[in-house]
Amino acid sequence: MLKRYLKLSEFKLQWSIFAILVALFTLFIIGDPRTFLFPDIYYSFMSTIPFMAIMALALTPVIICKEIDLSFPSIMGISAWMFASLSASTGNPTLALIISLITGLLAGLLNGILVAKVGLPSLIVTIGTMFFWKGLVLVFSAAGGITLVPLRGTVLFKSLVGRIGGVVPAQALWAVGLAFLFWLILNRHKFGTHIYFTGDNIESARMMGIPVNRVRMLVFTQLGFFAAFAGILLDLEMSYYWPTTGEGYLLGTMASVFLGGTSVFGGMGTIFGTFVGSIIIGSLETGIIAIGLSGYWTNLIYGLLIVISVSIHSILRRKA
Amino acid sequence: MGAENDKLVRMVNISKYFGEVAALKEENFEVGYNEVVGLIGDNGAGKSTLIKILTGVHTPDKGRIYFKGEEITYHSVERARELGIETVYQERALGEQQALWRNIFMGREMTTGLGFLQVKKAKKETEKILKEVIGFTAAGLTPDSVVKGLSGGEKQGVAIARALHFEAELIILDEPTMALSLSETKKVLNFVKGIKEQGRSCIFITHNIYHVYPAADRFVVLDRGRTVGEFEKKDISLEELVNKLYLVARTGEIS
Repeated sequence: MLKRYLKLSEFKLQWSIFAILVALFTLFIIGDPRTFLFPDIYYSFMSTIPFMAIMALALTPVIICKEIDLSFPSIMGISAWMFASLSASTGNPTLALIISLITGLLAGLLNGILVAKVGLPSLIVTIGTMFFWKGLVLVFSAAGGITLVPLRGTVLFKSLVGRIGGVVPAQALWAVGLAFLFWLILNRHKFGTHIYFTGDNIESARMMGIPVNRVRMLVFTQLGFFAAFAGILLDLEMSYYWPTTGEGYLLGTMASVFLGGTSVFGGMGTIFGTFVGSIIIGSLETGIIAIGLSGYWTNLIYGLLIVISVSIHSILRRKA
Repeated sequence: MGAENDKLVRMVNISKYFGEVAALKEENFEVGYNEVVGLIGDNGAGKSTLIKILTGVHTPDKGRIYFKGEEITYHSVERARELGIETVYQERALGEQQALWRNIFMGREMTTGLGFLQVKKAKKETEKILKEVIGFTAAGLTPDSVVKGLSGGEKQGVAIARALHFEAELIILDEPTMALSLSETKKVLNFVKGIKEQGRSCIFITHNIYHVYPAADRFVVLDRGRTVGEFEKKDISLEELVNKLYLVARTGEIS
């Protein structure tokens, strides 16, 4: 009798993903103590993981809303191109930053309109926009790169991807700050509640007066915006724009969200889980190689981890 | 004016057609203040059309609706809710995976100016609602409990408590006992009693006369888009009512 009423163990879910992280790094430390007992490797993670982590944070509300977005890596690509080409041609990186962010925002809004207003399934819409933005980048850039070395030393560069105290990458602080912001919105703001209810039971949400279509439009829009932000960070970190920017981010980002315990059935998910999930996904390849396995193992271990952790989540939920 | 004011809701000469099919034919329907009305009829009798007109989902093709004596001229779901008409659907009332306190304030969150939730206040209020309004005594049920673990009857209790808390004048229960066990049905009937005790009104829609008989003050029997019978509980026994319903089912007439 009492058991039925137990609070759904979100805490347990978050602990389980955190335990996986700890176990993984314990393994890394045992496997290669000379690398993992010194801070350099962690600074390196802090410089590479935030691009994916930021997009994973922004993807989480979309999944909680029971929607999916496959186009964000392409939006990252078009926004990164926009930033690079505009700052190269105008010499004004701040203007380029603003226009690039707006580009991402509008691309996200387009997804949102097609899903919420036109009523198309998000899977299909975002397959379409994924190809569209990627195609547009290729047409515009003619598959050529753009150097961004002149931006090094600007305030913009330092505040986005500089090294704080000479060691800590600024993008890591951005990722942590954004994680806090997302947590705040999802758990402590009206909009977050509306996201959960829209994903949980869209009919009852609508009946209780939640503007479900606006909620769905906004979650896609913010993902576009943050994909653009991640694209700009990546441009600056590399000091070079590659026409392939965005490729390779789709599966890792989605894996971070699902690894973190967000349910594909909607209505449930945590920012803490996503954040830890992105650290796991982002450190796995380096870790695997450092402990002496060949890179061939990477995908196999990715797969195992995802299947195991999603199974754990599902079992924990059924009990609750 | 006086006569119109005696009733909480008066629906006069309501007709509704879907294409050629008349779902309601010059139907008259009333709900009094602090009255529980059992709305009985088979599938297709027009129960849900009548309710959907009352709650603003459909606009009637003909007829007038008065609420507290005032005619409703603009029909929308929002308008009906503003007036204090709230529908509780068994399957569509709550977000299953969310905590009770979030469900109680779904769409009507207590927030600060910037839209941030007043979590503590909402939880405290929820605890009060659970205790007082609906009398939940089950051990371990807290504002943080997730809806998923509740039984069907309890879920409706929460939805009814929510409606009462937000000052609904008229609570419409759409087949609230469908697919519920005996003890769960009893719980729902207790919640209906709670509505009555709080001085509000209720429309209890069902095709199961045995469920509605103990809870309602008056019964309205619909068949093929019109009222075929209307009975005060004090004038009719359960047995007589059942017999009349058999008659309606066979002949379409009550006597």
